[in-house]
Amino acid sequence: MILPGIIIALAGACLFCLVRAVLGPTAPDRVVAIDALTAIISAALVLLGVFYRASFYLDVALVYAFLSFLGTVAISKYLEGRGLES
Amino acid sequence: MIDIIGNVLLGVGAACALIGSMGIVRLPDVYNRLHAQTVSIVGGAIMILLGISLIEGLSLYSLKALTIALFIFLTSPVGSHAIARAAHKSGVKLWPKSVVDKLAEEKP
Repeated sequence: MILPGIIIALAGACLFCLVRAVLGPTAPDRVVAIDALTAIISAALVLLGVFYRASFYLDVALVYAFLSFLGTVAISKYLEGRGLES
Repeated sequence: MIDIIGNVLLGVGAACALIGSMGIVRLPDVYNRLHAQTVSIVGGAIMILLGISLIEGLSLYSLKALTIALFIFLTSPVGSHAIARAAHKSGVKLWPKSVVDKLAEEKP
């Protein structure tokens, strides 16, 4: 496998997303950057879990992706100024 | 053969993740950054997960990776749509060189 190059590329991608999450002028900028960061970290977790033969990394990646989606929807509802039931 | 296809998918996915994150930093606007975020998620993360499951063959790891890929593929458009609509409703300005804004025309 070509694992070290892929891990270095994913680390660079995470660094760029963190730069936007720190610099972002408005709140939706930060949410967009954190969403991309979460998807990339899920892929890296699955990569490391398959490489080290540790199955729990994949469960962690699934729960992490689910919590990212939940947080994105909750923050967007909050920014719209409505409750979760409407 | 399947191993070669999986490695190519891994390389293309890593390149797409890096390019999409560069777009998130460089583009001028929330809505343009959403475009780059889609490249980074669907082209990067999902392609890496498909490459892992192709290399791995049929096992517990590949089934879990395919489940995560399907979940991200289903929920990423929902989150992008919700955050774009919330940004437009909460008054985030468009880039000044933007051409058309159909949602502002639709408002009563």
